[in-house]
Amino acid sequence: MKIPERMRSTEFMIFLAVALECIVFALLSPSFRTLNNFVNVTLQIAIYGILAVGMTLVMITGGIDLSVGSMVALVGVSAAILSKQAVLSTEIMVLVAILAGLAVGMISGAFSGFLIARFGIPAFIVTLAMMTICRGVVFLITGGFTEGDLPASFGWLGRGHVWILPVPVVIMAVLFGSGHVVLTQTAFGRHVYALGGNEEASRLSGIRTHRVKILVYSLNGLLAGLAGVTLAARLGAGAPNSGLQYELDVIAAVVVGGTSLNGGRGSLPGTLAGTVFIGVLGNGLNLANVDPYTQKVALGIVILTAVWLDRIQKQ
Amino acid sequence: MVEPYLVMRGMCKSFPGVAALDEASLEVHAGECHALVGENGAGKSTLMKVLAGAVLPDSGVILLGGRKVEIRSPLDARRCGVAMIYQELNLLPELTVAENIFLGREPRWRMGLLNRVKMMEVSRNWLARLHQTIEPGRLVRELSLAEQQMVEIVKALSLEARVMIMDEPSSILTDRELEELFHLMKTLKNEGLAIIYISHRLEEIFRICDRATVMRDGRTIATHDVRAVSQGELVMQMVGRALAQIFPVRDAPSAEMALEVRNVTSRPRVKNVSLYVRKGEIVGLSGLVGAGRTDLARAIFGAQPIEEGEILFEKAPLREHTPHEAVRLGMGLLTEDRKAQGLLLNMTVRENVTIANLARIARYAFVSKSKESALVRALAEGLRIKTPSLEQGIGNLSGGNQQKTLVARWLFTNSRFLIVDEPTRGIDVGAKAEIYQLIVELAKQGRSVLLISSELPEILGLCHRIYVMRDGEIAGEFSAEQASQEILLATAMGVPLPAGPSTP
Repeated sequence: MKIPERMRSTEFMIFLAVALECIVFALLSPSFRTLNNFVNVTLQIAIYGILAVGMTLVMITGGIDLSVGSMVALVGVSAAILSKQAVLSTEIMVLVAILAGLAVGMISGAFSGFLIARFGIPAFIVTLAMMTICRGVVFLITGGFTEGDLPASFGWLGRGHVWILPVPVVIMAVLFGSGHVVLTQTAFGRHVYALGGNEEASRLSGIRTHRVKILVYSLNGLLAGLAGVTLAARLGAGAPNSGLQYELDVIAAVVVGGTSLNGGRGSLPGTLAGTVFIGVLGNGLNLANVDPYTQKVALGIVILTAVWLDRIQKQ
Repeated sequence: MVEPYLVMRGMCKSFPGVAALDEASLEVHAGECHALVGENGAGKSTLMKVLAGAVLPDSGVILLGGRKVEIRSPLDARRCGVAMIYQELNLLPELTVAENIFLGREPRWRMGLLNRVKMMEVSRNWLARLHQTIEPGRLVRELSLAEQQMVEIVKALSLEARVMIMDEPSSILTDRELEELFHLMKTLKNEGLAIIYISHRLEEIFRICDRATVMRDGRTIATHDVRAVSQGELVMQMVGRALAQIFPVRDAPSAEMALEVRNVTSRPRVKNVSLYVRKGEIVGLSGLVGAGRTDLARAIFGAQPIEEGEILFEKAPLREHTPHEAVRLGMGLLTEDRKAQGLLLNMTVRENVTIANLARIARYAFVSKSKESALVRALAEGLRIKTPSLEQGIGNLSGGNQQKTLVARWLFTNSRFLIVDEPTRGIDVGAKAEIYQLIVELAKQGRSVLLISSELPEILGLCHRIYVMRDGEIAGEFSAEQASQEILLATAMGVPLPAGPSTP
């Protein structure tokens, strides 16, 4: 029972940390403990959460994807431009724009995955290059200007509500839920863990490791696309500077959530807790009037502490 | 009689489950080239690693020049004047010859800056002394393997080595380069160095060495003057043990073909190999380390490409040449290196068993854990895998139980043809007997086994038929009745068969 127990206890510790964090902020600041603020925090972390689901898969295989932030911008901008074309009725154009955005994300991801799997180029290098390329393309398309004035129906994806929950939060919740089922209940999920644990052993067990890798990076790209259109909808615009350095915050959340950079270990409940922890930290410190510079220092310390605790626990 | 320069006495070293050295001893004179021979795993490498400070012995004494020395690290060995030239050369390719020679002890100017002038000068002197024309300013990566080896030797000499260990130095050399090496070794002998020469190629030993020590099962068997012994006699002494009676009785195989390999070449170490395995047959693949056995296994399994030839599985030619296809058709590969190529250390025993055939327990891509647990439990009980629970991390099991778990993986896929590569390496005697029982059991069920093993008794005790590989080719094929340890080893080494009595 050792490994599952250890996994469970890792997650348990992060959830405990989140609970403690919430109690401390609730005591410190009255405005923290309001329903309004709760909804606000979840909305703030939704985009990161969507990205973190894909990143968790990638990192369990032992990879990394640095290009998601740029993909968010590329997809947001492309979808924004497309939705404003008056070729068909507005509603249909919005739908086309969203689907095209998802496709752009998925194709970029698949391309990275192909290079990583087929030619054995380190994921760090491939996705670093993709990060630069995507960002460059964004500025080439827009000339550096924000694509605003999106059709109102596009905005629902970012600003609409299901009952009291904002649509981005619902999307994030559904992704965490379904992602967790895929990782723990399906053969594909098992292959993802196996690949991260020992690639050669996986290949010799008959797993088509290249295919699994490409699929994982494609899924990650698809989710980056989804995050991109959702962010554009929320902002009401496709901004060339959006998504800047998101990849780093997302990787931080995944690592705080207990996923190993070496692959083979990690879970989506852990990632969810990690994302919430970092999101609440920012929100709480804001409400407690801590300046943004100090906040950055705090975030860095949190990441180091999480990794350090993880090390101790493993020994 | 002159005192030997190097004396090793009563050297013992155990690794978990095996005694690698058992009261081994060795005496080498200054100005002598001394061969160390023995089968794979006889303890040659361990003994030399002890001398080079790479392995700490459990007990034993080392004397150098009559004085007792303690060698507890490679640095100690260097201080005592012991240098080892490893088979895989240990140079830094991006540095120059001179920089490599002086690595870690670079001469400096007074300001602390590197004194390249002195480095070049001293290196050039050393190279000249050995009649070498390598320019000390060249980058090591531009040199041939033979030249790199030369740089290693120069480096050892400049460290004032008095004992030089050469581990299979000829394996990377062409014939002409070998002549040069022999020439150099004569120079070194004249300078009074004690050279210990490890090689599987007996004819080289008879050309260059003065004496030879035979090792077997971690013990020193005998030391001979090479002029007073024949190659055949050496081989006999290298084998010289009776078969242990732990091998189960096997059934006769059926006549049906399971696997045919036709003229397969897979560069660089498999050359034009043909063999066949029938259903219910256990076929042995014998040979020395590096003969290409593992490469052949990987080529059959689709894990490495084949350039020429054809493989037929159950009479149908293989089309897609990948492990995925091999597994789908019903092959299994139990790899030599469990940790690097077999185990998923981040996963449980249960998950390690089922990973190669999740389709068997999946419905619409969803894995049924109850079905999985039930099937794995039955297998684990059948194979007597000792684990507190199936949810145990595989890394916590003993070597023998890890191996059984990997066997279970291929039983779970219902493999009809199993390649097992050194299946008993690093596992204890009890578990060994169980693995033997299991292999015979598999054959009785009509499955076929291709057994790669460096342990000759294992091959002789289990197999119906035996192929011997040498330098990537099949050097001989024997039935169980024809084969003996002497014949197999002599074939593997390319030595004429010894006459006289043979051990059973």
